[in-house]
Order: sequence, then structure tokens, then C-alpha cells
Amino acid sequence: MSALMVVFSKNPVYSVLFLILTFFSIAGHYFLLNAQFLGMVHIIVYAGAIMVLFLYVIMMLNLNKEDEPGTTNISKFAATISGGILMLVLVAATHSAAGIESPVADTSQIGSIENLGKVLFNENGFLLPFEISSVLFLASMVGAVFLSKKEL
Amino acid sequence: MELIPGISTEHYIFLSVVLFCIGAFGVMYRKNAIIVFMCIELMLNAVNLLLVAFSRQWNGADAQVFVFFVMAVAAAEVAVGLAILMMIYRNTGTTDINVFSKLKG
Repeated sequence: MSALMVVFSKNPVYSVLFLILTFFSIAGHYFLLNAQFLGMVHIIVYAGAIMVLFLYVIMMLNLNKEDEPGTTNISKFAATISGGILMLVLVAATHSAAGIESPVADTSQIGSIENLGKVLFNENGFLLPFEISSVLFLASMVGAVFLSKKEL
Repeated sequence: MELIPGISTEHYIFLSVVLFCIGAFGVMYRKNAIIVFMCIELMLNAVNLLLVAFSRQWNGADAQVFVFFVMAVAAAEVAVGLAILMMIYRNTGTTDINVFSKLKG
């Protein structure tokens, strides 16, 4: 899959392009899973903004080639073994975890914007994180601008 | 709009686990800090996919709102992380993450 090519490709620009491909396929899965609003937001936010940020940074740092003189064979082997064991453990743990089907028959309106808006503004715990996330964005913007100044 | 039957939830669990493990393996394997960031984003996306699959199964929109917040946090974290990376590059001249094993002194 394209996620494997993200990890294994030599040129970082290829990694970003494969990650964009992965994001589009995940957005396609969101549309299949009846989360239409989330699929569109996913495409806009991830493939539109975050990947563009990554491309800016890569182009600014001018990383064309990727040479890895410091990755020893032992660490590569250890990473492969631990990643493989992690995957085996997770797959075995979640093997029959998809249990009960929902009792309500109509599942076609879960992901609509109206329903998501109702849940976001009516439920117990989701209004406060919504407002706090605006403070989070403010903090991250201030941090990003402050960290990129040449002279402090 | 009619109901799309779709793929069963177990397949989505497997897909999300595979994506998460590929991301985790990529974080451990690659040395370039930008690619490490991209693998972290891949792990976050795997978790998002799992949340949306379960929201379809349990017929509740709570999980999709949670995915919304996870996406927002990931976007903020990418902005700050890339700013930190640029500062590191400006100070050390390389994007190698093994530079930081020599931080003392």
C-alpha cells in the first residue's frame, strides 16, 4: 500500500506524495463509512493544509536526497522485529472485537452535518472542548510564529 | 439517501491496525525528522479511521465528533512541530534525529 512507500522511499518528496495518496484513500473510506462531512474535512485539512506545510518545509530545506549513514543494521533489525511483534499483538487482540450490531436500523444519517452539529452542541461533553480547541489553535499559531523568528 | 452496506467492521479494525503499525515502524526506522512527523500523522489517521468505523457500527455520532477534535489537535501539532524542526535545522544544519543523542554539554 502507499503507506509502505511513505516509510521506504528515499526521496522525502516521494514520501509526501505517497502520504497524500494515503490520505485520499482514507477519505474515500470515510465516505464509505457514512461520514461525509468528515471525509470532506479530512481532504481539506490533511491533504490541503498539512501536506502543503510539509511540502513547504521540504522545499525550503531542499532535501532532495536521503542518505542514511547512521542507521545501523542492528537498529533496523530491532525496528522491524518490534514493529512486527506490535502488529501481531494488536491483530490478535482485536481479532474478534467487532461485536454487536446497532439496534437502530437507519444508519444513513449519522455523518450528516446536521446530525453532527446536534451532537456537537447538545451532548454533555463536547461544547467545552470545541471552545478550548480555539485556544489551542491560538497557542499553536503564536508558538509557530514565535519559533520561526530570526532574532528573538 | 439509501443505506450503503459497506465493508464489515473487522476489516476496518485490521486495516487500521496495519496502518498504525506501519506508522510506528516508520517512526523507528527512518532517520529524517520530517519523515518521522509524517509517520506520526499516519498513526493518527489510522486511529481516526478506527473511530469512524466504530461510529458506523454503533450508530452514534459521538465518535465522529471525537475524530473532528483529533484532526484539529493533529493540525495544531503539525504546525508547532514543523516550526521546531525549522529551528533545529537552522541551528544544527541537518534534519537527522540522531543529533539529539549528543545534547548533553
